[in-house]
Amino acid sequence: MATIVVDNQPYQVHPDQSLLAACLGLGLDLPYFCWHPALGSVGACRQCAVKQFRDEKDTRGRLVMACMTPVAEGIRISIDHPEAVEFRAGIIEGLMQSHPHDCPVCDEGGECHLQDMTVMTGHAYRRYEFAKRTFRNQDLGPFVAHEMNRCIQCYRCVRYYREYAGEYDLNAFSLRNQVYFGRSEDGVLESEFAGNLVEICPTGVFTDKTLKRHYTRKWDLQMAPSVCVHCGLGCNITVGERYGTIRRIVNRYNGDVNGYFLCDRGRFGYEFVNRPERIRRPLLARDGALVPLTAEEALKRLGMLLASASGMIGIGSPRASLEANFALRKLVGAGHFFAGVGEREHRLVGLGLEILRKGPARTPSLAEIEKCDAALVLGEDLTNVAPRMALALRQGTRQQPMELARQKGIADWQDDHVREVAQDERGPLVIATPNQTRLDSIATTFRGSPDDLALFGFAVARAIERSSQAPLEDSARHEQALINETARALASAKRPLVVAGISLASESMLQAAAKVAWALAKSNPQSAISLATPEANTLGLAMMEAPALESAAQTIREGSADTVIVLENNLYRRADSRLADDVLKRAKHVVVLDFLPSETTAVAELVLPAGTFGESDGTFVNNEGRAQRFLQAFVPEEPVLESWRWLARAMAASDRGEGAAWKNLDDVLGAMVSALPVFGPVRDAAPDSGYRMAGAKIPREPHRYSGRTAMLANINVNEPKPPDDPDSPLAFSMEGAPKEPPGALIPFFWSPGWNSIQATNKFQSEIAGPLKGGNPGARLIEPPSLTVPRQPADTGETTLLLRGPEPPAGVCLAVPLYHIFGSEELSSWAPAVRELVPKPYVALNPEDAQALGLAEGQIVRVAVATSSPPGQSKDGKEFSLALKLASGLASGLVGLPAGLPDFREPTMPAWVTISKAS
Amino acid sequence: MELPLTKDIPADGEMLDLAAYEKAGGYEALRKGLTLAPKEITETVKLSNLRGRGGAGFPTGMKWSFVPMGPSAPRPKYLVANADEMEPGTFKDRLLLEGNPHQLIEGMALAAFALEAEVAYIFIRGEYVVAAERLERAIAEAAAKNYLGTNILGSDRCLQVYIHRSAGRYMCGEETGLLNALEGKRANPRSKPPFPQVSGLWGKPTIVQNVETLSNVPHIIKNGPEWFKSLSRTADGGTKLYGVSGKVKRPGLWELPLGATAREILELAGGMRDGLKMRGFLPGGASTDFLVEEHLDVKLDFNEVQKVGSRLGTGTMIVLDDQTCPVGMVWNLERFFAQESCGWCTPCWSGLSWAARLLGAIEEGKGEPAYLDQLVYITRFVAPGNTYCALAPGAAEPLQSALKYFREDFELHLSEKRCPWRQ
Repeated sequence: MATIVVDNQPYQVHPDQSLLAACLGLGLDLPYFCWHPALGSVGACRQCAVKQFRDEKDTRGRLVMACMTPVAEGIRISIDHPEAVEFRAGIIEGLMQSHPHDCPVCDEGGECHLQDMTVMTGHAYRRYEFAKRTFRNQDLGPFVAHEMNRCIQCYRCVRYYREYAGEYDLNAFSLRNQVYFGRSEDGVLESEFAGNLVEICPTGVFTDKTLKRHYTRKWDLQMAPSVCVHCGLGCNITVGERYGTIRRIVNRYNGDVNGYFLCDRGRFGYEFVNRPERIRRPLLARDGALVPLTAEEALKRLGMLLASASGMIGIGSPRASLEANFALRKLVGAGHFFAGVGEREHRLVGLGLEILRKGPARTPSLAEIEKCDAALVLGEDLTNVAPRMALALRQGTRQQPMELARQKGIADWQDDHVREVAQDERGPLVIATPNQTRLDSIATTFRGSPDDLALFGFAVARAIERSSQAPLEDSARHEQALINETARALASAKRPLVVAGISLASESMLQAAAKVAWALAKSNPQSAISLATPEANTLGLAMMEAPALESAAQTIREGSADTVIVLENNLYRRADSRLADDVLKRAKHVVVLDFLPSETTAVAELVLPAGTFGESDGTFVNNEGRAQRFLQAFVPEEPVLESWRWLARAMAASDRGEGAAWKNLDDVLGAMVSALPVFGPVRDAAPDSGYRMAGAKIPREPHRYSGRTAMLANINVNEPKPPDDPDSPLAFSMEGAPKEPPGALIPFFWSPGWNSIQATNKFQSEIAGPLKGGNPGARLIEPPSLTVPRQPADTGETTLLLRGPEPPAGVCLAVPLYHIFGSEELSSWAPAVRELVPKPYVALNPEDAQALGLAEGQIVRVAVATSSPPGQSKDGKEFSLALKLASGLASGLVGLPAGLPDFREPTMPAWVTISKAS
Repeated sequence: MELPLTKDIPADGEMLDLAAYEKAGGYEALRKGLTLAPKEITETVKLSNLRGRGGAGFPTGMKWSFVPMGPSAPRPKYLVANADEMEPGTFKDRLLLEGNPHQLIEGMALAAFALEAEVAYIFIRGEYVVAAERLERAIAEAAAKNYLGTNILGSDRCLQVYIHRSAGRYMCGEETGLLNALEGKRANPRSKPPFPQVSGLWGKPTIVQNVETLSNVPHIIKNGPEWFKSLSRTADGGTKLYGVSGKVKRPGLWELPLGATAREILELAGGMRDGLKMRGFLPGGASTDFLVEEHLDVKLDFNEVQKVGSRLGTGTMIVLDDQTCPVGMVWNLERFFAQESCGWCTPCWSGLSWAARLLGAIEEGKGEPAYLDQLVYITRFVAPGNTYCALAPGAAEPLQSALKYFREDFELHLSEKRCPWRQ
């Protein structure tokens, strides 16, 4: 620690930071624009000027930029010196020269960093009397709105977009007081992380276009801490609601998980919650039509079904909370509860879980992935499957170049210097996938079929093992050279990382990844393995150890059950359609709890309206094994209820077991922890409902929340009592404890004078460090560290033996291709996301297409071969699809899009034949 | 009086070609340089008291001594000749580039030997078409005789010289803005430290040096530091190209001992045009403070000019006469600086455009009394240290001194609501 003196007051601060970060970390108010905790310092805006004095006797001092000045022992500065105060107000005057006076109609108003800083500096009267410079705005696609006249030229947008997120279609054009931040022409921003511009921009140049369509000021939003449901990474989000609809999602800082940034699927996928198609009332199938019921009728009906059932099973869901899954398990009994995924995914996730548990390589948090200095990705197209991890890996490739800068005495936060020294240098990142990925430009790539990729992984593991005995000899063979290069890079890294997942449904690939991690961990305890899991609670569901859907079908076929309760699941997405039919069409009674219609609700006898993540409390377990609580942002209009509450009521209505007595989330959690001790730490994911701050609950509404008494006056002039919240320490109110709550309970970031998201600074124990009281989340998986040599999780190599059987002539292997916008079930319902969902297609390498005499755009017949390797689809499905040439696709493979809303692809990998459509 | 820089430049406006250059003793210094250790070259330049001729006047030898040397130094190392002469009123390098390109190339080779640099760039103003063509020819001539290239004249020294024609921005003349432009980036300045000597072009050790500075190096190596010092009338060594523009009888450029006075130089320019009197002059280009009559006998060197509140800058003065509106002249200059601001730091991009607008309004008779205070405020707002680089502080120099020496002219514009010099 170093002592710094600010306005004659000594403080102890961490030495590896700028004076600006140190001052902000101390809670001092010092305005800034171009600096951002994730982007570091460049000294452009000159807003954070302070007076620096040589020593106690120096009374003149000189102005320095706090962001550019390192903390040094004994350094003396003044924030309050009149010259510094005058200069900072002058900077605002300069920035405001051409800034429109449109705060009242500006989307950013009320959460604008520029507004806050203007007030902070005291600048009130602009002396500049001449014409303002003006710009033309651009259409940047469905997510981000553009209003350049508000720009203050802080350069944060392009620094984030180009240097942090690595996309180059946004740029700074022209110069002087007319720098234009935009694209060379109108068009959809290419980065999958463009939505962060909304928070990076300190004023209203880049704003949330989806919010614009149902605009609400930040102070008018009812907000709650939540967890993203659109992939398995569990990024923390803040949900904002008004009038019963979600208005927007913003990032919720978690120093261990997402830090400051989200992907666009996570930020803009929320609108599925507001869809008119939502199931809002219980529905009963009668005479081919769905008849609405009241909640009481529905429960009565459900009670009758349960009472008359000759055997009942429950089918859980990887997108439903632990609590909802457990409640269903409780209702049907542990032996009758099945995971809502097919055998294949079930086995793969189970293997992944085993790998993570056995270690010894630990599974890292996203924040730790950002620090990994060498990485191998096996099989995963991360940008499209687990997007935020791709952004984290991108930062990881900067670790080794940063080390070069460190050696020159340059600190990590001195961003411009680091980039000068590092230039285009990147640390090693090796990506082995069937198709090109969005990280390829910063990676070394290896292309092949899933088996090729697994073999590549095994070979790397062997090379690492060999390299511990003797240096690897050079190889002239391209493949072997790449294997050696990868092994060397990983073995010599400080914090090597292996990433795999289940995208390609390859157990061998998981085993290969485990082997690599095992080989690395033997000599380096910092080695890490991360597995991308597809859905918000994939790992949580797997930890419940329920059998797969095939077993559910078996139970029904055997006649030991005739009633099925499906929880928040469309079985047709997560299993072969034949298997889904086996479960749903053979059962006599099908009850479905869900929030949007699907092929599964279509065959249900009774549908119960479930609450979405914004309308429920619960816990998800992310890919890291971190249990994270999400809290209700608003109470949906009855009879929509949290799934676990429906199930608890069903147990009460049918007088079944202890579930009947559950009153709130804590009761469910308590029962779950006793029944499944593996979930013990889940209770620590957030304080329980009895938690109070200064005797009060934590308000979900800012203290300026307006219209409380008027919002519903057109319906009833009596102000309704705010709903109670029995499940959490949060209140549906603007009244309550005003102080900073624990990390898991922060409904929104706000601090006096800091209305924008930059208020996050005030909630951290140090800038860009953990939230005060620790980052939220409880890790359920901590492998034992390597003390005695053990066997790796699996010796899968022998079971793989060789590549799988070669397909017969004329038959190709079809692999799934993922799309950040389209491959995920819920976000595809959001209109803005839907605009970017591709049409179904079939992809071929251009050379393969040419050999088949096929051209781009041509309609091609794709038929699933009836003879296929074991465990693969042989259902003979046929598709007519437009051909897309994919130059990055490994030769000999066929790519089909995965999970698109209007396209049910075959289970892949599958052997297919390709021919011209007649 | 010796005039090493210009004596061999042909009077007909053509370039001194290789044969003529060699005949005049060209590339002898290079041969000598090949026999010297890098350190010895740097030491010689240090002893000569050569100071940078691009405007800042930093001691050249000292700058070179900051470059990491020896086998452990990062590679490659770069030398850049700054030929992006864009300061209004400055046209001295053009003469050297067009008239004697081999002198520059030889100077670059010697500098590269001293720095163990293997790659050199000449970053040249886009409008200097003739100069660039002659440089290309000279580089080809020198390479053909192995004065450049690999194993120069059988030694182990290598140097590749490339010409980069600038797309054209004043900021490219600033050392670090130039480096960014050369890397294909926006010509924004970089903050220091690290200095380019340690982390410059593509993050490698780099020396950026003005054309005139480098052109002096062969003569120093050939004739020794004492000879070079003796050329000057002051402590700083050598001669200087002084120039005059404005309404004088013969605007032009003269090589004179460093420390010549403005009065001498104006005499060489034939004095003011008939009927005009001098009111003031910017001694070293557009970004230096005005000096006036009483300063005509100040020695124009780096220290003496500074003592009277201005800078030697590039040594090319712009003269203001008594029939030209000083407000209009400053407006013109500030419009230039406002236009050339790179848009990186707030005081520069907001302050200069504001100043230009204020001056325009005053000149057009629409000024308010408060404008003068605002102009004074802006000159303080963009003071050194407040801004990211020296562009805006330089822009403030003619403005702040005009407000000091010609305040009554500004006030006349305000009271008469028009420019008194216009009909």
